[in-house]
Amino acid sequence: MKRELLKFLILAILVAILPTLLSGSYLVNVLIFVGIHTMLAVALNLLLGFAGQISLGHAGFFGLGAYASAILTTTYGINPWIAMVAAAVAVSLLAFAIGFPILKLKGHYLAMATLGLGIIFFIVFNEAVELTGGPSGFSGIPNLKIGSITFDNDLKNYGLIWLFTLVTVLLSVNLANSRIGRALRAIHDSEVAARVMGVNARLLKVQIFALSAGISAIAGSLYAHTMGFISPTSFGFNFSIELITMVIIGGLGSIYGSLIGAFILTILPEALRTFQDYDIIIYGIILILMTMFLPGGLVRGIPGLLARLRPADKQEEG
Amino acid sequence: MLKIVNINTYYGQIHALKNITLHLGEGEIVTLIGANGAGKTTILNSISALTPVKKGEILLDGTPIQDLPPSHIVSLGISQVPEGRQVFKPLSVEDNLELGAYLRYRGREGRGAIRQDLEEIFTLFPRLKERRRQMAGTLSGGEQQMLAIGRALMARPRLLLLDEPSMGLAPLVVQEIFGVIENLRREKGTTVLLVEQNAKAALKMADRGYVLETGKVILEGSAAELLENKDVQRAYLGRDKKEVWER
Repeated sequence: MKRELLKFLILAILVAILPTLLSGSYLVNVLIFVGIHTMLAVALNLLLGFAGQISLGHAGFFGLGAYASAILTTTYGINPWIAMVAAAVAVSLLAFAIGFPILKLKGHYLAMATLGLGIIFFIVFNEAVELTGGPSGFSGIPNLKIGSITFDNDLKNYGLIWLFTLVTVLLSVNLANSRIGRALRAIHDSEVAARVMGVNARLLKVQIFALSAGISAIAGSLYAHTMGFISPTSFGFNFSIELITMVIIGGLGSIYGSLIGAFILTILPEALRTFQDYDIIIYGIILILMTMFLPGGLVRGIPGLLARLRPADKQEEG
Repeated sequence: MLKIVNINTYYGQIHALKNITLHLGEGEIVTLIGANGAGKTTILNSISALTPVKKGEILLDGTPIQDLPPSHIVSLGISQVPEGRQVFKPLSVEDNLELGAYLRYRGREGRGAIRQDLEEIFTLFPRLKERRRQMAGTLSGGEQQMLAIGRALMARPRLLLLDEPSMGLAPLVVQEIFGVIENLRREKGTTVLLVEQNAKAALKMADRGYVLETGKVILEGSAAELLENKDVQRAYLGRDKKEVWER
C-alpha cells in the first residue's frame, strides 16, 4: 500500500511540474488530451482489464457525457457543474439499465452487442440534428467556472483536467486493491468459482460497467467544456478501438499502464501526422504486435522482456 | 441440517435430476457416488443455486433455500469446492483465500477474524503458506486442491460441498486431503457432502452414502453397508464380477 502511495505521489508531482518545463500552449494542449484519455482508458480498464468484460462502445458513453453537458448548458442554460453531475448520473443509470441484459453475454457476443451500442449512440449524435447539431457539430459550449476563475486557457484547463484524472487514478487504484478489485479479477478468471465464493457476479459486472460509463461521461463533460466545440466524429467506433489499444498497450489490469497507454497513443498521432487518416492502421498493427509479443502490456511486459534477455547475455559470456 | 426433497433439475430438455431426495445430519460426512452424468455435480450445483431447481425443495434447518441467489447461499454457511478446483489462476494464493471470505468483509467481525482464519488455513496446509505470494496457477494439482478447499473454508461454512477433490491427484495427496476433511469434522463439526469418483476412498471416510444412476438415487445406506453391497462393489469398486460371486 505504501508503494502505491509513492507511485501516486510521483505521478502527482510530475503532473504539477510538467507544464512549467514545457514552452508553448501546443504541448500543454496535448497533455490535456492525455489527461482526458487517461480517464477514459482507466475507466475502460476497470471493465476490460479487471472484470474481463469487453466494451467496443465506450466512445459512445464519452460522447453521451459530452453531448449531455453541451445540451444542458448551452440549450437550457444550466450551470456546467450541475450539468456534469447530471450527465454522469444519467449515463451511469443508463449503463446500469443496459448492462443487465447485455452483460449476460460473453466473449464475442458481448463484443458485438457493445459494438452495436456504440454505433447506435453515434447515429443518434449524427442524426438528432435539432438536439446535437448533427454532423456539423455543437459549438458555443461554456467553460467551467469556480467563483471568479473561468477555465478558459490551456494552463487552467490542464490543472482542472489533471485534477480529475488524478482523482480517477487514485480511486481506481484503491478499488483495484480492495476486495471488490479481487472479486472483479475472480470473475475475470472464473465466473462460476467467483459465484460460489458468494460474489454476486451479475450485479458486480453491471455495477462496474455503470461506474466505467459514468467516469467516461465525466471525461466527456470535461472535454466539451474545455474544447467548447464537439462533433460526432470524436465519439465513433474508431475512438472506441483507440481506447482499447491504450488499455492493452499499457497492460490489462494495470491502472498506471492505462496512463502510459493513453500517453503514448495521444503523443503518437502528433508524431505520425504524415499518416493522417491511416493512423487506425497503425493502431491495428500495434494491437497485433502487442498481443503477440507483450500480452501483459508495457508496464508488466518490459521487465519480463528484460529478464528474458539477461540470461541470454550471461550464456554468451560463459 | 440439510434436507433435499424431491428436486428436479433440467438442462434445457435434459432431465438431469429426477425426484432426488436426500438428507444430511449435523456433522455428518455423506458421499454421493455414481458414474459420469449420474447427476452428482448437479446436486451440488442445485444446493449452491448455480443451477435452478425446477421442482422440489431444499431445506436448510427447515427453511427452503432453493430460490435464493448463490451469494445468499454462501452467507448461510454453505461453501462449495467446485469440480476441477477452479482456483483463480492469475491471483496470488493469499488473494484466493481472501476471496473465500468475500462476504465476511461486510460483516461485523472485522478484518482481524479474517486474518486469523487465514493463519488457520496456513497451519492446515503449510504448503500454501510457503507459496502465499505465488500465483495460484503455478501450484501443483494437489496444492491447487488444497487452495480450493482452504478458500471454501475461509467463508466459515457449516456445510462443505466437495466436488471430486481427488480428481487427477496422486494417492498420497488424496490421503492427505481426506485426512484434513476428517479433521475438520472432528474439530469443528463441519458437515460434508462429498462427490467422488474414487468410491472406495470416499466410502471409507464417509458415514453414509447415496448411489446415483442417470439422475436417480438407486441405493442409499451406511458407508459400511455400501462397501459390502455386491452391486456397488461390481459397479464402482472395480471388483470383478467373478471375484464377487466366488467369494
